[in-house]
Amino acid sequence: MAAHRRRCSVVLLSIFSLSLINVAHSQETTAPAGQYVSASVDPQTETAEKKAEQPAAEGRWEETEVGNMDLGDAATETPDSLSHENVFSPSVSEPKHDFREELVIRPLHSGDIYASFQFRTLWKTNFRENKVSHYRLFPKSLGQVISKFSVRELHISFTQGYWRTMQWGQPYQPAPPGTELWVWFQDSVTDVDGTWKKLTNVLSGIFCASLNFIDSTNTVQPSASFKPLGVGNATDHRFLRYATLPREIVCTENLTPWKKLLPCGSTAGLAVLLKSEKLFHSSFHSQAVHIRPICHDWECKATSWELRQTVNVVFDRHISAQGKREWSLFKMFSRTLTEACPLASSSKIYVDITDSPQGEQLELSPPTSLLSQAVALGDRRTFSVYDLKQQSTFGMTHSLNLLIRWKSNEGDMLRPLLHAERYVAGYGLHMGEIHTLMYNNHPYRSFPVLLLESVPWYLRLYIHTLTVTSKGKDNKPSYIHYQPSKDRVRPHLLEMLIQLPPISVTEVTVQFERALLKWTEYTPDPNHGFYVGSSVISSLVPSIVAMDTNMTQERPLFSSFFPNKEESTYFTRVYTEPLLVNLPTPDFSMPYNVICLTCTVVAVGYGSLYNLLTRSFQVEEPSPGLAKRIANVIRKMRGVPPL
Amino acid sequence: MRRGRGLWWAWFGGAAGAHSKEAGSSFLGKMAAPLMLILILAVTIRAALYRSNLADLIAERVEVVSPLTAWKRVVEGLALLDLGVSPYSGDVFHETPLIIYLFHFVVDYAEITFMLADVLTAVALYKAVKEYNKQVFRKQKFALEADRYPLDCLELIRTPKEMYYIPLKVATFYLLNPFTILSCVAKSTCALNNAVIALFFLATIKGNVLLSAIFLALATYQSIYPLSLCAPALLYFMQRQYIPVNYRRASFWWFLAQYAFIYLGSLFIIVGLSFFLLGSWDYLQSVYGFILSVPDLTPNIGLFWYFFAEMFEHFRLFFLFVFQINVFFYTLPLSIKLKDHPVFLMFMQLAVISIFKSYPTVGDVALYLAFIPVWSHLHRFLRNIFLVACVLLACSALFPVLWHLWIYAGSANSNFYYAITLLFNVAQILLVSDYFHAFLRREHHLSYGLYLKRKDGSEATLVLK
Repeated sequence: MAAHRRRCSVVLLSIFSLSLINVAHSQETTAPAGQYVSASVDPQTETAEKKAEQPAAEGRWEETEVGNMDLGDAATETPDSLSHENVFSPSVSEPKHDFREELVIRPLHSGDIYASFQFRTLWKTNFRENKVSHYRLFPKSLGQVISKFSVRELHISFTQGYWRTMQWGQPYQPAPPGTELWVWFQDSVTDVDGTWKKLTNVLSGIFCASLNFIDSTNTVQPSASFKPLGVGNATDHRFLRYATLPREIVCTENLTPWKKLLPCGSTAGLAVLLKSEKLFHSSFHSQAVHIRPICHDWECKATSWELRQTVNVVFDRHISAQGKREWSLFKMFSRTLTEACPLASSSKIYVDITDSPQGEQLELSPPTSLLSQAVALGDRRTFSVYDLKQQSTFGMTHSLNLLIRWKSNEGDMLRPLLHAERYVAGYGLHMGEIHTLMYNNHPYRSFPVLLLESVPWYLRLYIHTLTVTSKGKDNKPSYIHYQPSKDRVRPHLLEMLIQLPPISVTEVTVQFERALLKWTEYTPDPNHGFYVGSSVISSLVPSIVAMDTNMTQERPLFSSFFPNKEESTYFTRVYTEPLLVNLPTPDFSMPYNVICLTCTVVAVGYGSLYNLLTRSFQVEEPSPGLAKRIANVIRKMRGVPPL
Repeated sequence: MRRGRGLWWAWFGGAAGAHSKEAGSSFLGKMAAPLMLILILAVTIRAALYRSNLADLIAERVEVVSPLTAWKRVVEGLALLDLGVSPYSGDVFHETPLIIYLFHFVVDYAEITFMLADVLTAVALYKAVKEYNKQVFRKQKFALEADRYPLDCLELIRTPKEMYYIPLKVATFYLLNPFTILSCVAKSTCALNNAVIALFFLATIKGNVLLSAIFLALATYQSIYPLSLCAPALLYFMQRQYIPVNYRRASFWWFLAQYAFIYLGSLFIIVGLSFFLLGSWDYLQSVYGFILSVPDLTPNIGLFWYFFAEMFEHFRLFFLFVFQINVFFYTLPLSIKLKDHPVFLMFMQLAVISIFKSYPTVGDVALYLAFIPVWSHLHRFLRNIFLVACVLLACSALFPVLWHLWIYAGSANSNFYYAITLLFNVAQILLVSDYFHAFLRREHHLSYGLYLKRKDGSEATLVLK
């Protein structure tokens, strides 16, 4: 313990000295710098009280440099990130490149477990101005895509299963079932649709996915729902393309190319855990790639490219853990950890222990002395941290098999403030109605949501039947952007800004008519039905604690995905279920018969009219007998008049 | 012989004289009362149905509304306009700009508008048929005076008595036809198209070239196909103005040019007006492109939907041309064959259009069925009217049944519904060709005598050769 403390004070001294150099924000840090912790700077008295009550915990708090950066405000952060680089990643001498990896484990109340991997590669370069040919950590395939297609931001996710917000809470990176791709292009692109088409085909090759099925019939240009997540202020949605493939199935062939984009591949670091035989044996699995420009330093004078690769997976208690409320890395991934990725500047495992900070409900083994707090999803969460960069983490066995055991089943999950569901109402194959329900569970605050629905053209929406009701009353959307569909060309796009009153269910209904398609337009299994992509609900949800609005500071990766503009709210995105809608089908075995029969009817019409038009009425004379006819022929040859 | 004919003539002439004297004043008054009664009855039925919960059910029937005429889509178009989106930017709204402009003002009185449209159609048909009957009678009188009919054709001569109620029957056939009632209750804009065509018919029969051309332009603007009605109109006017239908005569071309000028001029004005209403030409593609290229395969009572749903993609364009040309194909030969009988030609044209058009509804069928009482004198020559009537009735009943089995119960498939549309169209074709046959046969009898004999003196049967 003493040794720890001594080393810690060295660290903090270095922090202190650096923060003195940093003139701008040094005053606030001076007071606590000698001892420890930004907790005293923290405006939240609650934490301070907790500390006062439990002095035993204090020893652990002070060790967490992560705690420092999260609890403190902007002042402590910049020096911290510097010290961070100095202390922990001496291998990355060139500040142009940076790689961090992170795994967050959140035990869920149902006994399931949620693991979220994040790998972030930063690269300070400019693809637009200078031709880049030398790649270090950043994958070359993606770098070339960015420069060739003038991509400003690219977000792609492959998801299997549906995230159950009501049982699991909010995910760190929301994603709809199937594949979702949205791209902001640079405003220098002239032919956005052509570039988009080429880009989807290239990505299709990179990720071994059927992204080539993205065409104009499932691409939309949302006007408000998908703003750029990186720096930059261009918001002309002509340069945005959004498409989903709800039917896309995610499997090993998508994971392998995804892993190849990592600097260490799957040979070292956290990526060792990503084995497909376990990963796909789960109730939810989502892998994603996000590329965006972010600020390189806190003044945001230069931008660097950020590549975030994420995997989110939920393991089912009954399937993977034989119903026991006990998880280990080995049980989840059938691997244990032995080392961090040598190229990573930071490599950490966070375990969410907010519900039992003293270990009253969850037991972790091996125990860790590092604790961290972070503001994520509008709430302050407490995490146990395992730093893989430190050899002591691996202990004597040189391998880390993290074990999480529930001690009791008690405790209730906080209901998520916002969740949504969707279904199709009506019967028969003619008309139908899409119902989207949005729940605001906040006790006293109403907040606005942006609802985006992209419905394929073969469900013809009737926008005049649109109703939005909350608490039995009409709730008129303050903004509606509607683009009607064009048959076989583009889908419907409906975007609405709706205010959700506190503790309410808001129901959005719209009627549609199912079209009969040409027989070649049906999918190979037409009676399975057609998928309609999830509706997207983007919202600024009131947060419980003050959010950090400074994007430039170092934070755990999971809490720094969506930028925050205000302290009182946090941005979140909720996806509803995709819909499966049956369409009327023609008889696929009948084309020849139908062509023949219809042509016959037309021919009956033509024939009978032709008959009447070209012929005239005549008196029918009985045909003469055979003998008479022969006689007439002979008489004709003789030149005598016939009988 | 001569005396005998004189006797009939005295009788007919007397009757006709009485008739024509009446016609001026009391005739109209005498007939107007029953017409009013029928109008009131028709409006009552419609009003009652609007108030019942059947109205919503009827408004969704694919037999009654097509993507072109559905009221729901008109409302959608208005809603899109309110949202600031061009109604033609999507593929739901396919009405012409004038219709949307009309309903922009009267959308709250839509029910009254549609009832008015039906009443207007019925009154126009009533007046037109009455005028037409007068002309028929006059012509018959001249023919009789000129001794043009064979002796034994006495029973083919039409009497004022039987012709007296025909206009009323036409109005009744239109107003009380279940097809029309359904169409009106569903607020299918087909009723408006019918009204325009009926007004065109009235203007033509009354000999008003200007109005006739304008209404024809309106009807064409609404749904292209009535274009082929210009042939009967031209023939009628030429007959009325004693212009010989002869392409070597200047007067023929002069009249043709006049009519074409008025027609094209008014069409141009209407199209230009539509452009200025919405400020774009999008509607051309969205209305006429939609009618001609048949992208919407929603089932209806026509032949197009299943045919093009099942069509091999590389033959699609070819068959599209074949089917669309088919509608206009019969105009020229029919005009040649029926050049002396433009009103019957008009009936044939209306029937052909309603059978072979791309999005037919029962409202279109109702329009040409309304003409059936005009040809009541042909009934003795019809061959299979009973069969055809039974098939038409059975099909009308089976449409909803098989639709339910396919769409709701799931116990039948699309072929069932398709089979009924086929049968319905065959029945319509048989009906029309039967009337055509009967008409030609009557004309033949009027020139060659009713009781034809073979050379050997036995009773002859007529055959087409």
